Amino acid sequence: MSTFTIASIPREELLAPGHRMCQGCGAAIVMRHLLKALGKNIIVAHATGCVEVTTTLYPETAWRVPWIHVAFENAAAVASGIEAALKSLKKKGVLSYEKRVKVVAIGGDGGTVDIGLQALSGMLERGHDVLYVLYDNEAYMNTGIQRSGATPLYAWTTTTPAGSVWRGEWRRKKDIIGIVKAHGVPYVATVNFAYVTDFYAKLRKATEIEGPTFIHAYSPCVPGWRYEPHLTVKIAKLAVQTGIWVNYEIEKGTFRVTTPVPKRLPVEEYLKVQGRFAHLTKEEVETIQKLVDEDVEYINKLAGATVIGPVEKK
Amino acid sequence: MGKLVPLSGNYAVAYAAKAADVDVVAAYPITPQTAVVEKLAEFVANGELHAEFLHVESEHSALSAVVGASATGARVFTATSAQGLLLMYEIMHIASTMRLPIVMGIATRAISAPINIWCDHSDFMAAADTGWIMFMAVNAQEAHDLVIAAYRIAEDPDVHLPVAVGYDGFIVSHTIEPVNIIEKEEALRYAPKRVTWFTLNPEKPVTMGSLASPEWYYEFRVQLQKALESSAKVITTAFREFKQHFGREYREVDGFYTDDADVILVTMGSTTGTAISYAEEVRKAGLKVGVLNVRLFRPFPEREVLKHIEEAKVVAVIDRALNPGSSFVGPLYSDIAVTAFKKGLDIPITNYVTGLGGRAVLKSHLDTIVKHAYGLIGKRMRDIDTHYAFVGVRE
Repeated sequence: MSTFTIASIPREELLAPGHRMCQGCGAAIVMRHLLKALGKNIIVAHATGCVEVTTTLYPETAWRVPWIHVAFENAAAVASGIEAALKSLKKKGVLSYEKRVKVVAIGGDGGTVDIGLQALSGMLERGHDVLYVLYDNEAYMNTGIQRSGATPLYAWTTTTPAGSVWRGEWRRKKDIIGIVKAHGVPYVATVNFAYVTDFYAKLRKATEIEGPTFIHAYSPCVPGWRYEPHLTVKIAKLAVQTGIWVNYEIEKGTFRVTTPVPKRLPVEEYLKVQGRFAHLTKEEVETIQKLVDEDVEYINKLAGATVIGPVEKK
Repeated sequence: MGKLVPLSGNYAVAYAAKAADVDVVAAYPITPQTAVVEKLAEFVANGELHAEFLHVESEHSALSAVVGASATGARVFTATSAQGLLLMYEIMHIASTMRLPIVMGIATRAISAPINIWCDHSDFMAAADTGWIMFMAVNAQEAHDLVIAAYRIAEDPDVHLPVAVGYDGFIVSHTIEPVNIIEKEEALRYAPKRVTWFTLNPEKPVTMGSLASPEWYYEFRVQLQKALESSAKVITTAFREFKQHFGREYREVDGFYTDDADVILVTMGSTTGTAISYAEEVRKAGLKVGVLNVRLFRPFPEREVLKHIEEAKVVAVIDRALNPGSSFVGPLYSDIAVTAFKKGLDIPITNYVTGLGGRAVLKSHLDTIVKHAYGLIGKRMRDIDTHYAFVGVRE
């Protein structure tokens, strides 16, 4: 689908350097390219979380677009209010922006799939013209790596430690896309910045489409996932190559995988580079492999073709 | 002048929000506030009010949405009661420190448990220290007028604070009274829309609600305190202008027969009416009872309160709320007692907690209070063993 090329990435940086995000932070890459993709005519409503605290330490800010943070669980509600205000003030002739202003809500996985789920549901159901971006680093990283509803099976976190009784997280990641999709919104997509043109194309599309749109952005976390900072993009790529993460979009109900993977790598390739999975036994790795195989089968069924291939034998 | 129509307190509040030409309304239904939102929805549905109406999924989102809308430069309104207000509690602090001129109606109601939909001031008082300007109306007319005055005050460049207008659940919210309605043109002449606060605008990007470290947080909170203190002047001006525009006079507090009173009953909300009627009756029998109605609760009008109580022999503070386990028991009492103490007023100041969960505050209850207070005349604070009593409760 990507009509977008690397060369067409805007040069202008709307996320200023000097923020306090970690070296190798996946969310930092998401934010930088998200802003480049969306441009200046946006208003951002941000949930409490890593990005919020590391980019806006008073009296400094990294945001070169209008930006507001109110609380943890209400980014979608705040965005709803902003969108309603723009609509009302435009109708009354008070505001006369030449270009369309898109309201963008941003939240982490905790702020989206857990504490912010109700506000998100309300926003989606009411049909606000808001793009919601979930940057998913799969745990409460801002408070120091506690499990969230988005933490994957067997992942170590500080509240799902691997001990003699517990083996890390024992529940599967919440299907947030399924929940969002159930609201009947016009556009839902997953993005992974290792596939940058796909990332841009989807963010542009999600911005242009009128109504509530949702982007689920893969966002590796160096301290939370326990890996070396230089591995962020490699891990992001491995997530797609192993089928753990699938880049797809659902536009007006039509499902399409945007990054086909003809031959998959075993999930072990993805798991073994991350300290959060270091305690896994061979059997546990096999369990994850089996679950990913099932997910891939489901994806292929939705796509109506084998877009994600079988695991390549070594 | 506007026209006189029969309206409930809730409708009076809805008419006020309509007159203020609010741009965005976000609200969630809760008894006894519900009729406000219903009426506003009707106004929007009929094209009488040009506003975006957000059917939010909770009070938390209601206040969050109006925070977002206000930060975008819209004139906003919401209303709630009890549990709804408690759900908003987190965002109330944020709205005030972010200095957003939000206006909210509170149809006061008891808070759970046990669940109870009837009037007291537990909700209003729980929200009293969130940095909002807080008014308590005594009737539907006042609720209407104070909502309009609230926009004049909140959006004043020297204020930029949210304002809550309380009015007693059911007693005011559901009682139909003649209300002199202010029309839109008049309301906007009195409280014109002027957006002088920072707004979210792609042409002039600002960051709002940032993280403040120990190096900066303190200053934000002190600024909030100073803003509330200095809002007092604007409130006085807004009331003076209100009289010029609409003829009705409001003050921070009202004294009734306080000049020569031996015992002053301090009240808020609908109890004030009962207390005035009671005072008029007992004065015929020679009891010098006065009534002090506290209309402005935050910022607390210490000077105005003092003017009325400094010549009294006993001050009997009536609270329709309870701060369990505190040294002061009733929230209004704590403000009155501290105000008096700061000026060295060494007269008995006692607290009567009554009317919780919608229990009627009757003249017979006031009689019990006044009789108790009379027995304290001539004493000093240190001579009194118990400073509070429950009135009208089962033994």
